[in-house]
Amino acid sequence: MDLNTVLQILDSAVRLMTPLLLACLAGLYSERAGVFDIGLEGKMLMAAFSAATVAALTGNVWLGLMAGLLGALLLSAIHGIASITFRGNQLISGVAINFLASGLTVLLGQKIFGLGGRTPSLTPGAELEAQVSPFRGWLSGITGPEGAAALTAAPRFGDVTLPFAETLRGVPVIGPLYAEVISGHSILVYVAFLMVPLTWWVLYRTRFGLRLRAVGENPASVDTAGVSVTRLRFAAVAIAGLLCGLAGAYLATGLSAGFVKEMTAGRGFIALAALIFAKWRPWGALGATFLFGLLEALANRYPNLDLGIVTVPSMFMNALPYILTVIILAGFVGRAIPPRAGGEPYVKER
Amino acid sequence: MTRMPKWADVILTPLISLVLAMAISALVILAIGESPTVALTTMIDGALGSSYGWGFTLYYATNFIFTGLAVMVAYHASLFNIGGEGQAAMGGLGVALVLLSLPLPHWALALPVAMIGAALFGAAWALIPAWLQAKRGSHIVITTIMFNFIAAAALNYVLVNLMRPVGSMDPASARFPDATHLPKLSDMALALGFEWGKNTPVNISFFVAVIACVLVWLLIWRSRLGFEIRAFGKSEPAALYAGINPVRITVIAMLISGGLAGLMAINNVMGEAERLVLNAVEGAGFIGIAVALMGRNHPVGVFLAALLFGFLYQGGGELALWTSIPRELIVVIQALVILFTGALDNMVRMPLERMFLAMRKKGA
Repeated sequence: MDLNTVLQILDSAVRLMTPLLLACLAGLYSERAGVFDIGLEGKMLMAAFSAATVAALTGNVWLGLMAGLLGALLLSAIHGIASITFRGNQLISGVAINFLASGLTVLLGQKIFGLGGRTPSLTPGAELEAQVSPFRGWLSGITGPEGAAALTAAPRFGDVTLPFAETLRGVPVIGPLYAEVISGHSILVYVAFLMVPLTWWVLYRTRFGLRLRAVGENPASVDTAGVSVTRLRFAAVAIAGLLCGLAGAYLATGLSAGFVKEMTAGRGFIALAALIFAKWRPWGALGATFLFGLLEALANRYPNLDLGIVTVPSMFMNALPYILTVIILAGFVGRAIPPRAGGEPYVKER
Repeated sequence: MTRMPKWADVILTPLISLVLAMAISALVILAIGESPTVALTTMIDGALGSSYGWGFTLYYATNFIFTGLAVMVAYHASLFNIGGEGQAAMGGLGVALVLLSLPLPHWALALPVAMIGAALFGAAWALIPAWLQAKRGSHIVITTIMFNFIAAAALNYVLVNLMRPVGSMDPASARFPDATHLPKLSDMALALGFEWGKNTPVNISFFVAVIACVLVWLLIWRSRLGFEIRAFGKSEPAALYAGINPVRITVIAMLISGGLAGLMAINNVMGEAERLVLNAVEGAGFIGIAVALMGRNHPVGVFLAALLFGFLYQGGGELALWTSIPRELIVVIQALVILFTGALDNMVRMPLERMFLAMRKKGA
């Protein structure tokens, strides 16, 4: 394996870990506040669909992003109402949300585009042009044809080239690493990485973060201090929705060009696994999702990884995140202890 | 003090939840520009209007009875077994291994042996999550989700690399021997002298499922073990105080649950496909959750809810065939049923309780 291959695999790992990282941080906010969230998968799927749909109809990826955030927030609201307001079972609510997203996306997609549940490809072409042109026509009435053409020209997130990427390329090892692996991703990748220190700061250095963590460990104490448990938990669930929205939008308009049926493919559950792996900590989430992203990248590149003595089939690589999580959960290698009040609805004393 | 009469709790609340789920589904159908009444009549015609429709409805219902009972048994021990999908898939592997390796001369012998294989493999797949929950406190919901994915990967590997017949491109096992094919209900009807449900997959497993309902009822409400399971589910400290071993109950409840989920394989793998194919379970494990919730965790309720979902499944297939409504409508209905009967239970229950309280005050 030469340096070039290593760089390519790392580059692909960074792309593949991004949705996992965002969803993992989403779960982190929710579960740290004491609300289990196995609906990450569904929220991501809904966001991917809404983002791709609006991006295909308007030709504007930012409008798509907004729609993605809204789609995920809507499902978050259902989760909040069921599990916080009506003190329902959070796990069952999560299961329902996953199914709701998997059914609604196909139903609505078929209604809007009639393509069997997928959205048109977001790469420039006749298929996309047919969807975008009515909106462009309507827009040109407001902004003029040139403005309309500019606003509807980017249905996907392009790659951002970081400064000095080309000038530094000549430097051994670091140069190609910077140019190939760190530079040249869509803006959402950098947003995802920035979310890690931001989440750390919010959780451990702000009053909101302290209360959020407290509400996941001992909601009664927060209530005694005169802070609303309900409002804090709703805030956490809403943040989780927004982060899932980013993850889904990245999947459909950054990583790939358009939405296809069930495109999240279990990523929400891998993110959940990563959350346990990370022991509900933001920096740990970065490490865990990088590991799982790397596994996926390796499995994609080497369907049958030959290690000399044994050949590792890709199925094993794909199952590895789940196997590792079970081992971690078993507590043989470092114990993962969830927030103490996780999964329990809070009932105020009367 | 009970605020509601029992019939209201057992019948009224699930019915109201169902009506709410159906009403929202109707709105969804309206939103995609179709007519809910046309959809409903298409579904009823397709699923219940002929013996052909009934044949499929009962076939699906058989799957859902097994997975619904599986979720139900675990639920009584206050364990949420979300791994029915993986356990049923493993049950399929058990059936395939038994039928392909043992020379079984007749289906009447093959059925009990295959049932043992299916139940053992399903139970084995539930054992590790159960043991981890009981001994190490690892959350069973997370471990069973992980085991679903591990099962999918393992089956994929086994079918592609080990069980695939030489020269076949299809990731599926060889066909089971002819002698082990289960009698279809249509064959039985013909033997009795009338024609019913020609070319439908419903088979003798349906009766096994009905017997399983009775046995589970006996187990949960008429046996010592069932009492211990329920006591453990209601209150772990109380059960501990009564001398009930929590590790034992957790493991046994999950073994029974996994075994029931695995048993589904005699219907879909042995009865219908007659070989092991990739993704044979087709989400039936998850539908078990909706069935158990809707059926209020009682075998009679599970049976009725499984029929309802069998109807939805077959009707949904007919919808996709005759109208432009995609099959995925049933996934939405399934989600709404889970949401209303499971997570939003209190939303339905609280106003009802208030209403009954008010009525009682007026009466007194």
